[in-house]
Amino acid sequence: MSDTTEGAFVEFSRVQKSYDGETLVVKDLNLTMPKGEFLTMLGPSGSGKTTCLMMLAGFETATHGEILLDGKPINNIPPHKRGIGMVFQNYALFPHMTVAENLSFPLEVRKIGKSDREAKVKRALDMVQMGAFGGRRPAQLSGGQQQRIALARALVFEPELVLMDEPLGALDKQLREHMQFEITNLAHSLGITTVYVTHDQTEALTMSDRVAVFDDGRIQQLAPPDQLYEAPQNSFVAQFIGENNTLTGTVTEVNGEFCKVKLDDGEVIDAKAVNIDGVGSKTQVSIRPERVEYNSERMAEGVHTIKAEVLEFIYMGDIFRTRLRVAGKDDFVIKTRNAPDQVRLKRGQQIEIGWLPSDCHALDA
Amino acid sequence: MTDRTTGPDQMTGATPDNGMRNANRANGKPGPMLSADGTPLKRSLRRAQRRQKIRALMLIAPLLIFVLLTFIAPIADMLFRSVQNQIVSDTLPRTVASLERWDGQSGEVPDEQTFRALYLDMFIAAERKEHTRLGSRLNYELTGVSSLFRRTGRDVDDFGEVYEDAFNDLDPKWEDPTTWARILGSADWVGEAEGAEAPGPDFELRDDVASYLPLTAELYGIFAEFIQTEDGDSPMEEEPWTLVYTALYWDLQRQGFAYSGPEADLVRAAAQAASGFENVSLKALFIDSDKDWGDPEVWATIKTYAPEYTPGYFLNAVDRQLTPDGVEKRPANEQIYGILFQRTIFMSLTITISCILLGYPVAYILANLPMRTANLLMILVLLPFWTSLLVRTSAWKVMLQQQGVINDTLVWLGLVDDASRLVMINNQFGTIVAMTHILLPFMILPLYSVMATIPPSYVRASKSLGATNWTTFWRVYFPQSVPGIGAGSILVFILSIGYYITPEIVGGTTGTFISNRIAYHISSSLNWGLAAALGSILLAVVLILYYLYDRIVGIDNVKLGG
Repeated sequence: MSDTTEGAFVEFSRVQKSYDGETLVVKDLNLTMPKGEFLTMLGPSGSGKTTCLMMLAGFETATHGEILLDGKPINNIPPHKRGIGMVFQNYALFPHMTVAENLSFPLEVRKIGKSDREAKVKRALDMVQMGAFGGRRPAQLSGGQQQRIALARALVFEPELVLMDEPLGALDKQLREHMQFEITNLAHSLGITTVYVTHDQTEALTMSDRVAVFDDGRIQQLAPPDQLYEAPQNSFVAQFIGENNTLTGTVTEVNGEFCKVKLDDGEVIDAKAVNIDGVGSKTQVSIRPERVEYNSERMAEGVHTIKAEVLEFIYMGDIFRTRLRVAGKDDFVIKTRNAPDQVRLKRGQQIEIGWLPSDCHALDA
Repeated sequence: MTDRTTGPDQMTGATPDNGMRNANRANGKPGPMLSADGTPLKRSLRRAQRRQKIRALMLIAPLLIFVLLTFIAPIADMLFRSVQNQIVSDTLPRTVASLERWDGQSGEVPDEQTFRALYLDMFIAAERKEHTRLGSRLNYELTGVSSLFRRTGRDVDDFGEVYEDAFNDLDPKWEDPTTWARILGSADWVGEAEGAEAPGPDFELRDDVASYLPLTAELYGIFAEFIQTEDGDSPMEEEPWTLVYTALYWDLQRQGFAYSGPEADLVRAAAQAASGFENVSLKALFIDSDKDWGDPEVWATIKTYAPEYTPGYFLNAVDRQLTPDGVEKRPANEQIYGILFQRTIFMSLTITISCILLGYPVAYILANLPMRTANLLMILVLLPFWTSLLVRTSAWKVMLQQQGVINDTLVWLGLVDDASRLVMINNQFGTIVAMTHILLPFMILPLYSVMATIPPSYVRASKSLGATNWTTFWRVYFPQSVPGIGAGSILVFILSIGYYITPEIVGGTTGTFISNRIAYHISSSLNWGLAAALGSILLAVVLILYYLYDRIVGIDNVKLGG
C-alpha cells in the first residue's frame, strides 16, 4: 500500500502500538476509509480494535506509523483539536450537567454564541427525538435515552468523523436492534464518516458499509458484510462471523479456482481454493450450515454428497437445527428452513447430505 | 424487554393470590391484601421481620451499651455541668434562704440574722472542708472570694468560743460530753451508747427535745453524725462544737423558753444566766475576720449564684457575666473566649484550605496512577498514621524552632541573618503547619476514594468534545470531585476545631485553640462548669456548621468512598 491514498479521509499507514515495549497490541495496521463510509472494527476483546479507535481519537499515541485525517497527519494533534465526535461505551454523559448543558458543552468550548448554541442543541435533540428532555439529568434517563443523548452530543458540533466505542453494549436486545437502525440512518443521512467498534458480529453485519475483522493486532479481512460472510479469507474470519462447519483435511489437487481435499477419514471432496499453500498442505474446509441440503429433491445440480448420521434434531420455530456426524466429526450442524414440505429428521437416521463446491471454502489450517 | 404475558396481574386461574383477590372482590370491598392463612399481609410481614430486627438489635447491643456507658453518659453529664450550680445552695442552705429577704440593690450589708445563718453554714462547711470548694466556685464570679472563704473557714471555729466559755464557767457539767448526750439523745440511745466502744450506735435525737431546743437539736444531730461517721468518735466522749454552744445560747434566748427533760435544772439555770452572757455580733466577727464580708458585692454574688441552675458558665464562656444588675460584658482584659473561638474557627478554616490545596493534587495523582503504584504511594500517605502524634508534633518543633533545621539551613544558605532567625513555632504559623501535616491524610483519603470512582471516560469525552485540558478539569473533573472535597473538609475541619495536643505543644500563646482552654479548666483551674459550657458551645458551633453545610452543599454530596 502506498503512503497516501487518493481520496482517503481516514488513513492508517503502517501503524504499530505497544504499551509495554515488549508486545505489539497493534501490528502493522493499514487502513483507508473514504468520506461518508460506515466502517466497523470487529474482533474479540484484546484484538486491538479499541486501541486503534483510541489512537484515532488521540487518547493513545501510535508507537510507529502515521494516522492521517483528511490528508493531514494527526499524530501530534491533541485530542481536543482533532474535531472528532465520539460516543463512549458507557455514554460518559457528565452527571453534574443537564442534558442540554451536556450538548451545549462542545459548543461553549468552541465559543459559539448563546442563541446559536441553543438552536443547535435543540436541533440535535430533535434529531434523536429527545427534544423534551433537555432539562433532565443523565441519571434520570433510561439507558436507551442516554444513548441517544450521547449520540446527539457527539454530533452537535457537526464533526466530519464520529467514533463509536461499543455504544450499544449496555442496552437490551430489542433496544439495541432499534438503535442500530437509528444510528446507521443518522450516519447516512448526515453523510458523516463513522468508525464503529464492536465485538457483536450481528451489529457489524447489519450496520456497516465495510467491516474490518481484527484478531491478534491485525486486520484479518476488510470487506463488505456479504463478502465477509460468504467469502471469508481465512479460517478465523469464517469461524468468527456466523456459524460455520469445519472439516480438516489435506489438499491433493488444485485446479485453478477449485481444489480437491482429502478429509481425515479418507473421503475426497471438492472445494473452492481460497487460502491454501498448494498440494499436500493441511487445510480447514468451511461450509455454512444453511448451505447444506439433505432433502434429495431440493438438491441442486452438481452437489457433492456425503454420508451422515443424525445425532440431534432441534426444533427452533423458524428453522430446524440438526447436528450430524460427518467424516468422523460430531459437531457438523445444518440449518433448514421450516417449510411445509420439509422433512423432519430423527435421531440415528442415516442420511446423505450435499453442498455445492462453490459454498465450500478451503482455508488455512 | 418485558414479556407481557407473565406479570403477576396477568396470571389467571387458581393461584393463592387470585383466590384471595377473588374472595375480596366477591365481598364487594377491596380490603387489605391477605396472606395464605387469612391474616393481613402487612401483619404477617411485620411478624416475619421482627425476629430479624431483634437479632440485629442483639448484635449491636454490646457496642450500644458500651457507647452509652462510656461515651454518651459522660458527655451528657459533662454538658449538664455547664448549667449545674447546686454547690451554693447545698453548702450555704440557711444563708441562701436568709438572703431571699435581702435587697441586693440596697448597697447595704445583710442583717445579723443572715450572718447567723452564714455562721451556721460556714461552720458546718468548714468542718466538712467544703467551704474552699465553694470559695473556688464563687471566685470564678468575683475574684477574692476564694481567699475570703479560706480565711473565714479558719476563723469560724473561734466565733462561738465566748459562749462555750460562758457555759463552762456557769457549770463545769457543760464541759462533760455526756451532759449534752443525755439532754439531746434519746433514752434508748444513751443506754446503748454508755460504755460502748466508739463510735457507738448511731445517734438518735430525743423525741421532744426539738420543741424545746430546735436549733441546738438540729446542730447537735449534725455534729453527732459527723463525728461518728467522719472521725469514728462517740458523742459520749467528744465535746460538741462551739457552734452547738452558740445554738444553745440562741435557743435559750428565745421568748417564753421552757424545758423539761434530763438535766432540767442545769438547762433552766443556763436559761436564767444566758441573758447575762455577752451577746456577740456575728456580723462584727465576720467583718473582723475579713473586711470583705462588709462588702455588699460579695453578698450580691452569693445571692446571684444561689439558684440551682445558672447561665453563668455560658455567659462566662461568651465573655459576659451575671451581675445583680443583669448580664454585663466582662472587663476588656478578661475577654478571652470570643477571641479564642474566632481564632479556633479561623485557624481551622486555614488548615482545611491548606489541606485542600496540598491534598487535591496528591489525590489526583494517586487516582490516576496504575493500581500498583497508587497502592505503594498510598502507604506513604498513610505512613504518618503509624507514627505517634506526639512524635510527629515534636518533630515539627525540631524543624521549626529558631535553632531548628529550617532556620539553620536558611542561615547556612545566607537567606536569613543569624541574628534575625524566623519565628515559626509557638505561634499560629507553627500550629497551622503542624496541623495541616497531621490532618492531611484525612483530606487525601476521601478525595482519593471519590476521584478513583470518576471514570476516565468523562475526561476523554470532554477532550473529544473539544475542551482543553484546563476546561476539562474545571468543568468536568472538578465538579465531580467536589463530594470528596466536602467529605475531606468536614473531616479536617471538625477534627481541627477540637484539636488539642498539637496546638498545646507548638501553639505557644497565640496558636492555641479553645480546646486548650477547655483542657486547662478541666485539669488545672478545675472550673468544670466553664469547661462544660465552652465544650457545649463548641459542640453547638460544629452542629450549626454541619447544618449550614447540609443546607448549602447537601450532605448527600459527601462521599467517603465509592
